[in-house]
Amino acid sequence: MKAAREFAGRFIPASWLNPRGYLTAAMLAGLALVPAYVVATGDSFALTLFTRVLILALAAVSLNLIMGYGGMVSFGHAAYLGVGGYAVGILWREGVTSGFVQWPVAVAISALFALVVGALSLRTRGVYFIMITLAFAQMVYYVAQGLDRYGGDDGLTIGNRSSFSGLIDINNNTLFYYLCFALLLGGVYLVSRLVNSRFGLVIQGSRSNERRMRALGFATFRYRLVCFVIAGALCGLAGALLANHTNFISPAIMYWTRSGDLMVMVILGGLGSLFGPVIGAVTYLLLEEALSRVTEYSGLVIGPALLLVAIYLRGGIEGLLAGGRRD
Amino acid sequence: MLYFIEQCLNGVQLGMLLFLLAAGLTLIFGIMDLVNLAHGSLYMLGAYFAATFADLTGSFILGAVLALIASAIAGMALEVIAIRPLYGRNHLDHVLGTFGLILFFNELVRLIWGPAGLTLSLPSEMLVAVQIVPGLYYPLYRLVIILVALAVAALLYIVVMRTRLGMLIRAGASNREMVGALGINIKLLYTLVFGLGAALAGFAGLMQAPILTVQIGMGENILILAFVVIVIGGIGSIRGAFVASLIVGLIDTLGRAFLPDLLRAVLSTNAALTLAPALSSMSIYMLMAAILVIRPEGLFPAASR
Repeated sequence: MKAAREFAGRFIPASWLNPRGYLTAAMLAGLALVPAYVVATGDSFALTLFTRVLILALAAVSLNLIMGYGGMVSFGHAAYLGVGGYAVGILWREGVTSGFVQWPVAVAISALFALVVGALSLRTRGVYFIMITLAFAQMVYYVAQGLDRYGGDDGLTIGNRSSFSGLIDINNNTLFYYLCFALLLGGVYLVSRLVNSRFGLVIQGSRSNERRMRALGFATFRYRLVCFVIAGALCGLAGALLANHTNFISPAIMYWTRSGDLMVMVILGGLGSLFGPVIGAVTYLLLEEALSRVTEYSGLVIGPALLLVAIYLRGGIEGLLAGGRRD
Repeated sequence: MLYFIEQCLNGVQLGMLLFLLAAGLTLIFGIMDLVNLAHGSLYMLGAYFAATFADLTGSFILGAVLALIASAIAGMALEVIAIRPLYGRNHLDHVLGTFGLILFFNELVRLIWGPAGLTLSLPSEMLVAVQIVPGLYYPLYRLVIILVALAVAALLYIVVMRTRLGMLIRAGASNREMVGALGINIKLLYTLVFGLGAALAGFAGLMQAPILTVQIGMGENILILAFVVIVIGGIGSIRGAFVASLIVGLIDTLGRAFLPDLLRAVLSTNAALTLAPALSSMSIYMLMAAILVIRPEGLFPAASR
């Protein structure tokens, strides 16, 4: 085993060759092979399920950027899923079906919304920050409910997926799956570059001790605001993907319990680790799905499980594999 | 004018219900530093208990009293079993854990009572309207809610300000380490406070059950309002919760009642019709956002830490 690891160590960074790395690699390999499984068994539901997993994993990755690395616990992150999704939906409804317009607009509007929310919320800390982000998300939820032209409470059925005029046909579910997979990996790569840069160090330092960072001369508010906007934009992209995936968008995606779901995925996987949110999203959603097949009352298991994770599993699943509390 | 008075009364009634919920929540947050998302579930349990006991005993009052006791017991049991390990942990762990409890309780209620909601009917004596001012008739039960909630608020005030338990509660809200260091049985205090909060939440649930709803997930909507109230009022402060819940109740009710007309006077009818429901729902959140920016510690902050 040791010889094998030494051999592999010549090609792969040593920090990846541990239980966490193996689990992550296995999970990514599994995710990459889902379409093959679907072709083999004809179980197209698996493709739908795992596409959803990938999209929500991207949302969780964006939340982890601000929550895990930045220490900004946003209880309103699902709002960006809605903003991105509604951007796609509203544009489609108004006749704009090109993905080249819809998706950048979705990202841009989410970024703008994050800028406004962040500018106001980042003046607060701790539980007040949690509450104010929650409030903003609820506000968007109510605004969406009031949009009668775009379905209001019933939601908006989006007749066609975004068209990319020949570049890629995302009506093909397998192609769409791999696009989401690529975007997820891209999102993780983006986060890893951000976090390991000077910018990321300031962000992580602000999480630990903001006063010290300010004393060192960093304008921490601006750094955190930029981080918040990037996370919002990334989640807006996930929202655009979600709207395409389900061909539907409704205010329900922005309800605060959905933000809670995202937080659970991030915490479950392990805060402040690159692939933690992906692990968390995969685990949480698959667990939900598996349980709902076994019992009608899946909440009776998931609920206490979350409580036990909160009590005993400091650092989430990643922390468990790394052996102890990661800070 | 009469309509305005009626809406004000509705606003006060909503405010009083919110106060019952927010008082428990702010106590638990102020003393145990625990973000308890499951507070809404205790509210839901109170309503379900009341509906069940009222059905069994045939009496609304008896059902209500039994439900109150059951809520307090359920709260204390929950505290001992599930909440204790969360003390001292960071708020994120609280959010995760109590979020799990919400899922658990929703499912448990669905298991025991089924997916359709329950109904709790009032005794016929309550189903009348009283004349408060000449020309304005107001449902008796809503007046009862206001008066009973005010009585509970007064009782809470007496307990918190004039008894030893209340003194410990106030001390714990200011500086919990000191209270423990002075030799008070903190564990018991925490359990009692949690039980008190649960009783208040259950009471709110059972009081609104006849007029609003008894269904799964009913706690989630009002829980957010309660959090808005305690943020505006100041965490750990019951006085703050009282004032803030009145403000929130009035703004929410009056906003929904009068904002559409106000907007119609200023904007075109179409724009007013689209904006009005969204704006009136948003009004309290905008208030909370404003308070958080201007005076983050709330209107009547309790702790000096």
